[in-house]
Amino acid sequence: MSEPNTTRSVQQGGWSWWYLLFLVQWAAVLWPPFYNKLEPSWLGVPFFYWYQMLWVVVGAVLTAAVYFATDHHHT
Amino acid sequence: MAEINWIALTVFVLLFGLITWLGFAAAHWRKGDLDLLHEWGLGGRRFGTIVTWFLIGGDLYTAYTFIAVPALAFGAGAIAFFAVPYTIIIYPILFLVFPRLWYVCHKHNYITSADFVRGRFGNRWLALAVTITGIVATMPYIALQLVGIQVVIGAMGISGTGWAADLPLIIAFVILAAFTYSSGLRAPASIAIVKDILIYITAFAAVIVVPIEFGGFGKIFAAVPPAKLLLAVPGPNTTGSYSIYATLALGSALALFLYPHSVTGILSASSGHAIRRNAAMLPGYSFMLGLLALVGFFAIAIGVGTAPEYAAGFKQFGNNFAVPALFLHSFPSWFVGIAFAAIGIGALVPAAIMSIAAANLYTRNIHREFINKNPTDKQEAQMAKWVSLIVKLGALIFILLVPTQYAIYLQLLGGILIIQTLPSVLIGVYTRWFNDWALLVGWAVGTGVGVWMFNAANWAPNYPVAIAGYTFPGYAALYTVVLNLIVAIVLTPLFNAMSGKPVDATVASDYHG
Repeated sequence: MSEPNTTRSVQQGGWSWWYLLFLVQWAAVLWPPFYNKLEPSWLGVPFFYWYQMLWVVVGAVLTAAVYFATDHHHT
Repeated sequence: MAEINWIALTVFVLLFGLITWLGFAAAHWRKGDLDLLHEWGLGGRRFGTIVTWFLIGGDLYTAYTFIAVPALAFGAGAIAFFAVPYTIIIYPILFLVFPRLWYVCHKHNYITSADFVRGRFGNRWLALAVTITGIVATMPYIALQLVGIQVVIGAMGISGTGWAADLPLIIAFVILAAFTYSSGLRAPASIAIVKDILIYITAFAAVIVVPIEFGGFGKIFAAVPPAKLLLAVPGPNTTGSYSIYATLALGSALALFLYPHSVTGILSASSGHAIRRNAAMLPGYSFMLGLLALVGFFAIAIGVGTAPEYAAGFKQFGNNFAVPALFLHSFPSWFVGIAFAAIGIGALVPAAIMSIAAANLYTRNIHREFINKNPTDKQEAQMAKWVSLIVKLGALIFILLVPTQYAIYLQLLGGILIIQTLPSVLIGVYTRWFNDWALLVGWAVGTGVGVWMFNAANWAPNYPVAIAGYTFPGYAALYTVVLNLIVAIVLTPLFNAMSGKPVDATVASDYHG
C-alpha cells in the first residue's frame, strides 16, 4: 500500500490510508438513533446491546488489521 | 447484613495475603535501582506487550468501574452502556497518538505529560496548569477506589459504626501504601496480572451462571422495565439522550488517556510497538465492560433491589450495592470471596498507579521546577515515594470523613478538567503550531466554563446547550474542550505577533522510532 505525497513510512511518522479504517468504527457507534432499537434481537439480547458489543470485536479486528498493514519492521 | 460471611471473608483475606506478598516481591522483578525516579515511577520502562496489557487494563478498569457501571445500569438503564462505545473510540486514539508521546518521552527522559509540555512549548506556567489539573483530577478517583473496597467489605457483613467498621479499609490502605512505597510501579503491574485473571473469571461466571439460573437472556431483558431498556427518544427541539450518550462516549474517550495514571501506564511500556499492539488487544477488556453493564440488568431481573436481605446494603451504599448483592445471591460463599477479592484488588491496582502518577507529577513538575532545581536521583525518588504516601492518605481521610457522593461528583468534574489538557498534550505531539500562552488562556477558559457548566447543571456532567430554540444536552467536557481549542486557535496568531521565536526542545524525529 503506498502512502500519498510522502516518502516517509508510518514508522517514520508518516500517514497511511489504512488509518481511515478507524473512522468506520467511530461512525458505527457515534450515531445512537441508528441502533437505539430492540429488534432484531439475537439470543434474546436486544439490538441496542448486541450491536455495540459486536463493534467491540469488529473494532479490535480493524485495529489489528491496521497494525499488521502498517507494521514494516520490528522494534 | 447482620452477620459476617466467614467463608467469603476467609477466601478474600487469603487472596489479599497473596497479593500483599506479591506487591513486596515485585521490587525484585526486572530488577532496577528503585532510588531512580524512572525505576520507581515507571518500572524502568521495561514492561513488554503482555505486562503492559495487564497494567493498562488494570489501570483503566478499576474497582470503581466494576461497581459504578453496573450501578448506573441498575439505576438508569441503557445510558450506562455508553461505556461500550467509549471503549470502541479510545483504542484508535491510543494507537495513533500515544506511541508518539512514548518516543518523545523516552528520548528526553520525560516522566509525565507536564514534562513533555514543558519541553515542547518551553512554558513552565502551561506545564504547571497541566500538572495541577492532573493532580486535582486524580485525587477523587483514588478516593473512589477506596469506596469500592468499602462496598465489598460491607457486603461481607463487616458493619457497624466507628473505628471497628473502618478498620478493614485502613488495613487495606496500609498494605497498599507499604508495597507502593517499596516497589513503585512494579507492585501494581505484578498484582494487575492476578487481579485481571480474577476479574475475568468473575465476569464470565456472572454472565454464564445468572442467565442459566434465569432461563436465558430473553427472560432477563424482559424483566427490565421498558423505559430503562433503551435510550429515551428525544422530544421536540432537543437532541436529548442521543447527544448525551454520544458526547459522554466521545468526551470520556478523549479525556481518558490524558489522566496521569494512563500516561504513567503508557510510558512504562518498553516500546511504541508494545503500545500499538495493545491498542488491538486491550478491547478484550471492553468486551468485559459491556458484560458488566449487563450485570446491572441481571441485578434488576433477579430483584435484589427489593429483596429484604439486601435492604441494609442498598441503604448504605445506594445503587453501588447492586453488584455485590447479585454475587451474594447467585454464587456460593467461596466464590463470593473470589469475586469480592477481585473487586478489592481491583481497587488497589489503580489506586497505586494513580498515587504514583500524582507523585511523579508533583516531584518533577512542581518540586523540581519551582522548589529544588537540582535534586539528586535519590532525592527525586524519595520525594515521589513520600508524595505518593501523602496522596493516598489524603484520599483515605477524604473517604472516611466526607460523604461518598462528593467523591463521585468530584470525579465527574475531574473528567471535565483533565480534557482541557488535550490541546497541549494530544495535539502537542503532532504540531508546535499553537502559541504557548494561547494554550494557557484556552486551558483557563475551558476550565472556567467547565466548572460553571457543572455547577449550573447541579453538579452533573451534562449541560444543555441551547441555541435558537434547540437544546443540545451533552457532556460538558466535550463542549468546553472545543471552546478551549477555538480560543487557542484565535489567540495563537495574535500572541505570535507579539513574541519571539517559539521554543521547542524536541525535533520531529523524536516522535517516532
